Formats: sequence, structure tokens, C-alpha cells
Amino acid sequence: MSDIYEALVEIVGKDYVSNQKEERYFYGRDPGLMKPHEPDYVVMPRTTEEIQEIVRLANKEKTPVVPKGAGLSLTGLVIPQKGGIVLDMKRMERILELNEKARYVIVEGGTTHGVLKSYLQKHYPSLRHSMPDSPPIATVVANAVIHGQGRLTQQRGFNSDMVSGLEVVLPTGEICRIGSCSVSPYWFSKGPPLPDLTGLFLGWFGTTGIITKLGLKLYPCKKIRDVMLFLTDRAELVPDIMLKLGHTEMMEDIVVSTQPIPLRFKGNFFILVFMTGDSDEEIEFKRKMAWDTLWEYFDSRDGGFVSITPDMKTPMMAMPSKDTTRFADVRKGGGFEYSGPIAPVEKYPDFVKKLEELASNYNLSYASAARVIDGGHCMMFSFSYTFNRADPDEMDRAKKALDEAAEFSLDQGGVIWKPNIDEQKMMMARMDPNTLRLMGKIKELLDPNGIMNPGNWEAK
Amino acid sequence: MLGLKFDKTKCSDCKPVSCLVKCQYMDLDRDRARIEWQKIVNGEDSFVLEACTTCYACEEYCPLGNHPFYLIVERQEEKGILPSPRPIITMWINQCEPVGRFMVGMVQEKALSFCFLPAFNLLVGGKLFEDIAWSSIFGQEFFCNAVYLHYARMSVIKERLPRIIENIEKQGIKELVCLHDECYGTFTSLAPAYGIEVPFKPVHYYEYLYDKLKEYKDVIKQLNVKVAYQRNCSVRLAPDTDHFVDDIFGLIGVDRVEREYDRENALCCAEVIRMAKGYELADDLQKRNIDDMVKAGADYCVFNCPACWDSLAEKVARRGIKPIHMIEICKLAIGEKPALEV
Repeated sequence: MSDIYEALVEIVGKDYVSNQKEERYFYGRDPGLMKPHEPDYVVMPRTTEEIQEIVRLANKEKTPVVPKGAGLSLTGLVIPQKGGIVLDMKRMERILELNEKARYVIVEGGTTHGVLKSYLQKHYPSLRHSMPDSPPIATVVANAVIHGQGRLTQQRGFNSDMVSGLEVVLPTGEICRIGSCSVSPYWFSKGPPLPDLTGLFLGWFGTTGIITKLGLKLYPCKKIRDVMLFLTDRAELVPDIMLKLGHTEMMEDIVVSTQPIPLRFKGNFFILVFMTGDSDEEIEFKRKMAWDTLWEYFDSRDGGFVSITPDMKTPMMAMPSKDTTRFADVRKGGGFEYSGPIAPVEKYPDFVKKLEELASNYNLSYASAARVIDGGHCMMFSFSYTFNRADPDEMDRAKKALDEAAEFSLDQGGVIWKPNIDEQKMMMARMDPNTLRLMGKIKELLDPNGIMNPGNWEAK
Repeated sequence: MLGLKFDKTKCSDCKPVSCLVKCQYMDLDRDRARIEWQKIVNGEDSFVLEACTTCYACEEYCPLGNHPFYLIVERQEEKGILPSPRPIITMWINQCEPVGRFMVGMVQEKALSFCFLPAFNLLVGGKLFEDIAWSSIFGQEFFCNAVYLHYARMSVIKERLPRIIENIEKQGIKELVCLHDECYGTFTSLAPAYGIEVPFKPVHYYEYLYDKLKEYKDVIKQLNVKVAYQRNCSVRLAPDTDHFVDDIFGLIGVDRVEREYDRENALCCAEVIRMAKGYELADDLQKRNIDDMVKAGADYCVFNCPACWDSLAEKVARRGIKPIHMIEICKLAIGEKPALEV
């Protein structure tokens, strides 16, 4: 046994450390297309102090540390590119505090969205958070770190915009509080009126520190939730439809999907419009607003609301949606990845054209879901391709299509969401050199030994 | 190409012009109706083609059985009129394309058609179906396609219906109990109107239920409830089946309340109208319909069509009326519990 292994056992106990092949295999890959690379150790800490000790050990040994939530990014962000220690946050799953009057909750670094959702439904049914469409085992922290989106993104921005404070173990081992909680017992703001230092950690994929606690803003949970489905067959109308719906400031969420199979989807863009209300009258009013705002398309027969049956509605309303998981197995073998640029909504028609072109060129099954962000400032557009994990040729074609989609998205002015290391390099190659240098300086300042999730955001 | 058996002379000799005069959505006196109808017969433009809500009712109103609604649908398609937005029509056409996905039970010469409506999986069960439930067909391959009457796509019906009938025939079915009366209307009205031979005997499920209930008459418990009957659009294709509603209600002790919107004056569930004409008309129709049920003192609203159920069941329940499907009220009468709930 190595010294590092023994030291890790000393910190967390032998039940929560492994250097065995089985664990290293599992922690060396994710469901996407990035090449696996195994860690040397897997460790599951229980406390911030244990993490602090692990980080100090890693600095001493100059060994990498990769903090991991559920590992669902699909883009290999927690594949330990240079080995070292994968730090699995699952045991830090407690909900520490909920302030009902200030509407925030403080969770530990491994708390899942599913647990938080259940907790709120049971104890605080009038409050909710922005549930992403990833499986419910996705962690709140990891989702914020990748700037995830969820059911409240159309109204409130990225899920990371809803962070209200952090506790971080810095790469050099110090424990640091970020936001109002740095000067107050309350976790109501991640920055204002102080300098917003959350930007040093959110979006960095664990390369600048390990978030051990996170404050998250909560929002009113209305008694009724409903969904409407608008169809159009003209991609060029989709941006204006998104913006008009956003203009009402009444929609919970707006998601546009397109896919060629099952056949009922073929040839149309399915625009799901979610709304909430405390009474039938409120829902009715919002429903009419949605109709009225899109009436011109109905009048021209270019689009219309489809009456949806209760059977159809149930899966549409599911939080998280199960559609992504179903899509992941279309080709059987459970392979699925998407490139998800964040881009102006006006790019929707061009992106759809490219999505179909790439699927045709590389002979792949495809789908796309686009979510309006923050009332229409931008959208997340997914170029989603599915593949059979037992078919290396198909996996290779999917990777090429995704790489091409990423280049295309950047050419169009988009910015790639949760980019894999290849896509990070594409973006850094185009980045303002001074911005890149600033990122490099921040990284060097915070992580002088370069131990944190190396391979990612290597801004040199 | 299959052609509609339509007799122009019947219309020129028609005095009441009931097809348009009785229309619940257009206000036409007899003279204006005659002029507009003649335009339609001649293949000329008429505002009627745009205004039509596709409620099917003129098929029932025509005293001569001359298929005015089918002619309207033909003319709408000829002129490229879109009763509903184009993407909705596309979705419907794609959704029901026979692509080899279907379910067939242990089919005998007498079989049940579940159409393409999963609700029948819940509804079919218990004593009323004990000797036939396993002899069933379901899926796009057996879907009657009459729904395209709502979307001015008679061409789709004409292309698919012969294939559907052939698929059913291939199962060796001699007698098909249609659980969705749109299928029954298709086989007894639409197919003959286009000269399409139906090589099996279509049976409306009301007739089937009535016969089964007679077998169980000793165990029938009189329900002694007042019901409003939600008469759906496709009844208009086979209005001769309506007497079974009264026959069944008579057997199980149900009082079909007298109300404004029943029988020939029935209002449809309005969901197709919502997609075609917008929410104002649809909301108004549904409100008038349910207000009428409440005013008539109905305890239950009895549904024939699962699509009407999807549109209205929750809404009637909110007004204090219990929604129930015709099959389920028959089950109640023989002491079985309903399976379909809001």
C-alpha cells in the first residue's frame, strides 16, 4: 500500500478509500464520449475538514484532486485526466439550513437535486428551486459549477445565478466563505454589495477549489402547474416565438424540441410552455396570454397550440424530464452526448440546420432541446446525438459530429456550455488574450501546484 | 382514386338545406344556405369552407344521406384550406401513419377494436368482456383514420382506409366490435360513401353492451341516477346508434336528463375546435355544455369517446358532476368498479 493510500485511510477511514481496480474503472469514465482515464485513488469524505486534509495531502504529494458530484456532465469533466485522487462528494449530502423568510437553503457539497426537491415538497411546499433535467442524483453544487439550467432558468437565469453563498476549500487548503455569509450569519447573497467572488469558482469545473457548502435561492412554489404545447414547422419563426412568450413574463419555462422520431415529431418544432399559478383563474389568464401573444402564427396557420391529453401531459410535466434518459438509449447501448452552446435565440434556425446536416453526414440519430434563458437573453441549444457504446465506429462518428457542432457554434458566436477539454481548448484559442492571461493568473494564484482537476481550463 | 358517391340532384331538389341551416356555428337562412351550398357543390369558393368547425353535424342533419360533410372536406382539401394550423395537421398525419406498430390479441372471428386509443386497455375488463377481451386489435395498422375529416385530408383517409380494412380482414375477423364509434362510423358511413368494401360486420359497442347487459339482467342493480350524455362528433356519422343509449339507460335505471345540448343539438367536446378556431369559441362551447348539464341536474356525465373524456372529464368533475364512460356505468350496474378516473 502506498503512503497516499494510508494517509487517506487516516483521514476518512478505510471504508471510504479505494485504490482497487473496480472503483478506479468506474471513476475513470462517464456516459459521454471522452476517453476514460483512471484515478489512483477514490475517496469519499464526510466533512469539510476531511476535504481540507485531503487537499493538504495532495499538495504535499503533488497529486491531482478531482472533486466529483454525480458525474453526469457527459463531457468528461470529472474524468481524472492525470490520475490522482477522485474526491466523491456523495457522503456530504445534508441540507444544513433553510431560511424561509429570506428564501434560501444551505446544502452540503454532495446534496442532490432529488433530495432537495423531496425535502422542499415535504417541509416547505410553498418553496421550490430550479430543478434541472438531469437525473435527480445530479448534485446542486456540480450543477451550479457547470452553470446548469433548470425549470426556473427562463425566469431567473442560469442555476448558478441562483447561488446565494459558498463555502470553499481552496486548493491550498484554506476554508473560505464567499458572499454575504463571509460577514453575516445569513446566506442571502453570493456577492452584492460585496465583490462577487463566486466567479472564482463557478464555471471552473473544480480547478480553483472544492465547494463544500452552497447557499441556493428558493422561489415561490405555486399550487398549480400546467403546460401548453405549441407547434410550428418553420424554424425561422422559433426565435420570435421564444421572445414573444418571454415578453409576457408569465411563463415558468420555455423549451423547444425537435427530432425526427417517433414519427409524430417529424417536421415540427415542439414548443413546451410551462406556467404556474395559485388559482385556476391565474392559470387561465396565463393560458390566454400565451394564446394571444402567438395569435398571429395561429392566424397564418404557421403554428398552433395542440390540445394535450392527460396521458401526454404527465411525461411533459415530470421534473426532471425523463425524455433525455429515454433518448440516451434510442440506439441501445446507452450512449448519449450533446454539445450545448449558449447563444442568442436568433441562432436557432441556423443551429437546427447544422444539427440535421451533421446527423445526415455522420449517419446518426439526433434530437435537440433548446431552453430559453433569462427571458430571452440567450438560449441553450443542444446538438444531441445518441450512439451504441458497443459500436466504436458509431462513437467515433458521434464525436466528430459533436466536435464539428462545437466549432460551428463558436463560429456563430455561441459559447459552449460545460465544454469537454477539446472544446475548452477551442474556446481558449479564440479567447481575448488578456482574458486568457487573467484566467491563468487566477489559476496560478489559487492553485500554485496545479493539483486541481488538471487538464481542465489550462489557461496557459 | 376513390370518389365520393355524391348526388348533386338531391341537393338541387332539397328544400330544407338542413346541412347549413341547422349548423350551430353559422347563422344562415334557407336562401343564403342554398346559395352557399350550391357554390360548394359546384366547386366554387364559399365562406362556409373556411368557417366550418368540422363538427361533423351536417352529416346527421342531411335528410337525404348525401354526405354534405364529406363534400365539404373534399372541397377544403381541393382549395388548400387549412381547418387547423398546418403543423398540427402534419403531426396528426405522422402520428397515425401505419408503420408496423400494433398489438394483436388472440383474435377470433369476433374481435374488439381498440382503435388507436390506449384508454380502452383500462375500460375493457370484467364480466361484460370476459369472453372477448383477449380477442382484440390495437394500433395504427387498425386505426380508422376518420380523424382526418377534421383536417381536410380526405386524401389520407382514401389512401389509408383500404389498407386498414385489409389489415383487419387479414386477422380473420368476421365481426368487429368497435369500441370507438368513429371506427364504426368509418366502416358504416365513410367507407360506403367512397365505395370501399368492408368485408366484415362492424358492430357498435353500444349494441354489444346492450346485448351483454340483457344476459346479466338478473344481476343488474338499478342505478337510479340522472345523467347528462356527452354526444361526440363521430356519432354524427352513425346517428342510428343513438337509440342504444336510451336502451342501455333503460336497462340499468338511468335517467338521461332532458337538456338543450343533447341529441341532434349536442355540443362536441370542443378540443378540435380549440385547435382550429382558438380558445374563445372552445371555452364558450365547453362552458355552455357543462352549464347545461348542471342546470339539468345531472349526477353523472356519461362519455362515449375517450377523447371527449380527456377534454371534459376534469372540467365536469370540478362542477360537481361525476364523469364516467358508458362502459363503466354498465359495469357499475352489474356491481363492478370503474377503472377510469379523473
